[in-house]
Order: sequence, then structure tokens, then C-alpha cells
Amino acid sequence: MHLTIALILGLPLLGFLLNGALALRQPSAKTVVSLIGPGVLLASFGLALKLFLDLSALWEGSPDAAQIVTLWSWLPVGSLQIDFAFQLDQLSMVMLLVVTGVGSLIHLFSVGYMKSDDGYARYFAYLNLFIAFMLVLVLGASFPMMFIGWEGVGLCSYLLIGFWFTEKANADAGKKAFIVNRIGDFGFLVAMFLIWQAFGSLNYQDVFSRATEVLPAGGAVVTAITLFLFLGCTGKSAQIPLYTWLPDAMAGPTPVSALIHAATMVTAGVYLVARSNVLFALAPTSQTVVAGVGALTALFAATIGLRQYDIKKVLAYSTVSQLGYMFLGVGTGAITAGIFHLVTHAFFKALLFLGSGSVIHAMHHAYHATHSHEDAQDMRNMGGLRKYMPVTAMLMIVATLAIAGIPPFSGFFSKDEILAFAFGRGEHQPIFRLYWAMGATAALLTAFYMARLIAMTFFGENRTGAREREQLHEAPWIMTGPLLVLGILSIAGGWLNLPEFAHGLGATERLHHWLEPITAMGAHVSEGLGTLAVLPEGRTETALIALAIAIAALGLFLGMTVTLKSRPVRAHDALPEQGFWKLLYNKYYVDELYDRYIVQPLIGFSRVVLWKSIDQGVIDEGGVNGAAGLSRALGWIGSRMQSGQIGVYMVLFVVGAVYVLGMVAWR
Amino acid sequence: MPLVGPSLLLSAILFSIGVAGVLIRRNAIVIFMCVELMLNAVNLTFVALSQAYGLSGQIFVFFVMTVAAAEAAVGLAIILAIFRHHKSVDLTNINLLRG
Repeated sequence: MHLTIALILGLPLLGFLLNGALALRQPSAKTVVSLIGPGVLLASFGLALKLFLDLSALWEGSPDAAQIVTLWSWLPVGSLQIDFAFQLDQLSMVMLLVVTGVGSLIHLFSVGYMKSDDGYARYFAYLNLFIAFMLVLVLGASFPMMFIGWEGVGLCSYLLIGFWFTEKANADAGKKAFIVNRIGDFGFLVAMFLIWQAFGSLNYQDVFSRATEVLPAGGAVVTAITLFLFLGCTGKSAQIPLYTWLPDAMAGPTPVSALIHAATMVTAGVYLVARSNVLFALAPTSQTVVAGVGALTALFAATIGLRQYDIKKVLAYSTVSQLGYMFLGVGTGAITAGIFHLVTHAFFKALLFLGSGSVIHAMHHAYHATHSHEDAQDMRNMGGLRKYMPVTAMLMIVATLAIAGIPPFSGFFSKDEILAFAFGRGEHQPIFRLYWAMGATAALLTAFYMARLIAMTFFGENRTGAREREQLHEAPWIMTGPLLVLGILSIAGGWLNLPEFAHGLGATERLHHWLEPITAMGAHVSEGLGTLAVLPEGRTETALIALAIAIAALGLFLGMTVTLKSRPVRAHDALPEQGFWKLLYNKYYVDELYDRYIVQPLIGFSRVVLWKSIDQGVIDEGGVNGAAGLSRALGWIGSRMQSGQIGVYMVLFVVGAVYVLGMVAWR
Repeated sequence: MPLVGPSLLLSAILFSIGVAGVLIRRNAIVIFMCVELMLNAVNLTFVALSQAYGLSGQIFVFFVMTVAAAEAAVGLAIILAIFRHHKSVDLTNINLLRG
């Protein structure tokens, strides 16, 4: 067990070291990098699968037997004892499989996508390091262990967003992601301090098993802890108000967007809430906040996605929106539904991003071959691509059906479950009905903007350009292969947790039963408080399902027809946006608002008060120059006594000698 | 024990004259001679007190004389150097160490 865990974590780290060494010494050794980079991850995935098979047999009999693997004692400070330990239970197992599995596919895709990049070895070094930190995040057995991973993935995200750092915009995007995440990390840290103060321990097992005794339900402390934890989540998982970094993070290579900014890192916040579900269950106020922010983010980001032209920007806002759904789920108390959506989203959103990567790859190649300077990511320059890249087009359509929520694709089951739970909880807390309505509206918008993306990219007539058109072609098998696997997962992912009404399709609620040891305690607490979300039954359930399907179908239909009818024109022929569309196109000017009311005042304050006044005024003038001036003044006084007249010295000498002798004589 | 008291008194007077000369005079040669006067006043004290405390005092006088001779050699050489430089041995002119 120890060895397996150490290998699962150590192999990506080893890959980082080897690829990093190659990046510094031998960047041209691409074949070796192609073997090491995806190789270590596939090995990790294999080991994780073996571990899954072993442990699922064990958990069959004793589901509460979480495996703690302590590698060494990390911070032994008095009563604060933090081990470098990993916890393997049903939840971290799900995350482990998603991270290594989807990660492996994206690594393979990257081999094709990044083939001609000069920083190939550096890219894989960062990617491997990211996986290592992500595994620490999901496997850590205590909050500080998770924090190591939390910070580590933030670092890798920064490095990979600014991967092409020679362009200032990319470097700025990396910086923005890092700084915005810092705000969230502050929340996480404060939450850890509060937990430490309340429990005297930061290990998951200590904290969660004693939570109900130590913290009164609905109390101020548990509410503060959970809200600060959620502040951390809003940073890492791009929720309102800290979501602005994620769309900018699209400056990185597309597989990075798929891996870090869709499938794994940004879901860390959802994982954190799911992990701490007992604490959140004890604080219904925080649950309402989490679900509310989730629902609002889902709706808000979806509206922005309606009017973006950069294919990756659409997907970025879609990710923010889908993360909102996950928080709506875990905030409602439907932990399984949230994690379920996390998993299915990892499949179909990774597929969408990689598919868009495949499209961008082809577009970029075409424009590069003809020395054109058009934007390879602007959907207005695409159109009709399904003729040139049929495999990518088909798989993208599959993923679109999944995210829009068409049964039996995976997204339907997970999204529907979240919305159903939110509706169910609305029975006692009417505000959740509002959240449900927001989520349902966002579902309509999701279907619409995804259909618009597909229509603009793959349907209609081609707008790439006559000469460029001849250069368009399907991606190589190393890129389409992972897409195919993700496509199958996007279709079949729903079978992980089929709802009761779909019992004809196979075993139902498997993920729910699998995660029961993790969620049982939180559910028990919620039941005691009367805040447990239950699925609506009977005709309500049928009506909700019918409504969800109708919404998805309507959204897709409208998206396709409206977009195709509007006949998009090439980017440089396009007219400027008007009215409400302009507001959406400019993302509600949130970045501008933040810049004007937070960033600029902060810069001004830093410049005038911190820099000019405190640093230059107090520290430099008072401290540094003041100390020098004081020494000089004292030295000047001392030097006045040195007249250079030997006579004066001798008088002083005699006076001194007489004084000493006198002291000796008349002591 | 004749003459011990007057001898000590004489040496005290001589020493005081030496100190006064060192403090008051400006001419380096004169100051130098006053220092010699102080040394010899001390020598006289040694000799006078050796009557009461044994011969070691008289032996110490030889040491003082030897040191005085060495000091005279070095001191006069320095004064000569000062004179060559400043064309004067007036110590008020020599204030290079002023702060």
C-alpha cells in the first residue's frame, strides 16, 4: 500500500524531474519526452486502477475502512502534529481515477498538439508536476496536505497559463490567475486556523468524526469556517466574485485548459466542499450561500457564453457555469450529485476542450501555411469544418449533447440530479426553488451557446478563406484517439450513477452507494436539522425530467437555427456589437469594474501610501537614512573633541592620571 | 634615615616642574627636557626610598635611565623630522589629528 501510493505520486514527480532536466539540457530530445511524459502518467493510472480493484473488494465488507498511509512526520510542533499522510477512501479514489485517467488522455493528446513547440520538454515537465500536486491535493489526509497540493496546482496553473510568456498578455493572464487565487487561499488559511482553534487538529478523520460534538449546529464558528473555506473555493474553482481569472487562463495551450481549467484543478473547490460535507451540513447558512453563489455563477457565466466568439472563451465561461452547477449540488447537500457532475464534466468538458484544440490546431496550421494573420480561435473564421475534420466534429457534437443534458448522455443524469435535489430542498427552504429556476434557465442558455458553438464551427459554409481551406485536415490519431475515449466516457459516464427512474438501463445509484461512507455523516446531520435535500417523487419527478429534456432540446434547436440563420461573417468583416449583446460580449464589464474600483485604487494606495509614504518616507528616510544621519551626528560631536593640539591631550591625560591616583589614594 | 623626607620633597618639586613644563611650554625640545626632568624626579624617589626598602629601587633606576636613553634617541629623531618638515618645533602648529 505504502509503495503503491508512493509510486502513484512519485512517478509524475519523477517525470517532472526528468523532463525538467531535459528541458534545461536537451530540449530537442522530443522522443524521450514523449515517452516519459505520458508514460509516467499511464503507469500511475494503472497503479490507481489496481488500487481501486483491491480496495473496492475491501470496502465491500467494511466501507468505513479508509486507508491512511503515513509517509513521515511533517510538522511536529507541540500539540500540532501534521503527518505527511495520504488518505484513501471512496471520495479520494474517485478523484484519483479522474485525475490520472483524464490526465493520461490529455497527456497523450498533448504529444500531438505540442509536437512542433520549442518548449515541448518544459511543457511536459510542468504537466507532470501539476499531476503530482493534484494527487497530493486529492489524496492528502489533512487540510495542510491538501493545501500543499492546492498551492502547487496554483503554481503549475500559473506556469502553464503563461507558457508562451514572451507575449505580455499571456504572462499577465498567468499573473492574474495567481493573484486572484491568492485571495481565495487567504480564505482557506483562515478556515484552517479556525479549525485548528476549534478542534486542535487538522486531520480529516479527527475533525469530521468530532465535528458534531465540538461545533454546535448553525453556530457562528462553523459558519465562519465553512464560509472561509468557500472563499478558497471561489478562487480555485472560479466562482463569483473571483471567477475572472479563468477566462483569461485560456491564454495557455489548449490541453492545459482541458486538464487544469476544466477537468481537474478547478474542481478542487467542489472536492473540498464534498470532503468537508459534515461541516457544511452543520452550517445551513453557508450551504445556502454556496448553493446561491453556484446557481448565480451558473446563470451569469452562461449569459456571457452566449456572445463570445473565441471558441475557448465560450468553453471557459461554460466551465465557470458548470462549476456553478457543482456548487449548487454540494451546497444543496447533494454531495454525490456534485461529485457525479464533477466526473461527467471532466469527461465531456475535457472532450470539448481537446476537440476545440484539434480545431485550433487545424486552423492554426492552415493560417500558418498561408502566412495569414487571422485569428485561429475565432469561430467567425471557421464554419463547415465537419467536412474537413469529421471525427472531431462528431465527438464535439457528442460532448455538446452531453453538456446540454440530452439523455442518455452523461451530462443529463448529473445535471438533472443536481437540479432535482435543489428543487427538492426548496420544499422547506423556498430560496432553493429560486436556485433551481436559475439552474434551469442556465441549462437553457448552456444548450443554446453550445449549439451556437457547434453551428459556427462545424456547420454552415466555411469562412476560413479560399487558400486556407485546402490546408484544413483532421488531426493525427494521437489526438483523435484520446478524443474517442473521452467521447465514449461522455456517453457512458451517466451509468456511474443512474437515477431510480432509469433502472431499466442498469444498476442505479452506484456512485451514491460508493460515496455513502463519506456523505452519510453530513446527511445524518442535515436530517437532524431538517435541511436534508430529498429527490422529488412521482409526478413532480416526471415533470422535472420532461422539463429538463424540453429545455435542453429547445436550447439546442434555438442555438442551431438562430446561429445558422444569422449567417456569421468573418472576424474582420464583423460589425461592432450593439446594445445588450455588447454588454455580454464585454462580459458585463466586470474586469473593467474590478480594475477601476479594486485594482486601480489598490495600485494608487500602494503607490502613494505604501511606496511613497511608508517605504520611501518612513523606512528609507527614517530608518535607513535616519540611522546613517544619527551616526554621522554623533561622530561629528566626537570629532569636535579632537582638536589636534598635543597640549590639550596632555592636560586631559594629566587630569585623568591625577583623578585615578586620587581615587587610589583616597578610596 | 637622614634626608629621605627632603629628597622626596625635592623629587616632588622637580616632578611638578616637569609636569608644568610639559603642559605649558610649546617648544618640543623644552617639553622633551621636562619629560626627562620628570623621569629623573622619579629616579630620585627610587633612590631615596631604597634606603628603606632595599636595593631593588636603585636597580630600577638603571632601567629607567636605559629607557630614557632610548626615548631620547627616538624622541630627538622625531623632533628633528618635525623640524625638517615644518621649519619649527612649535607644537601648536602640529595639529594634523584635528577632527
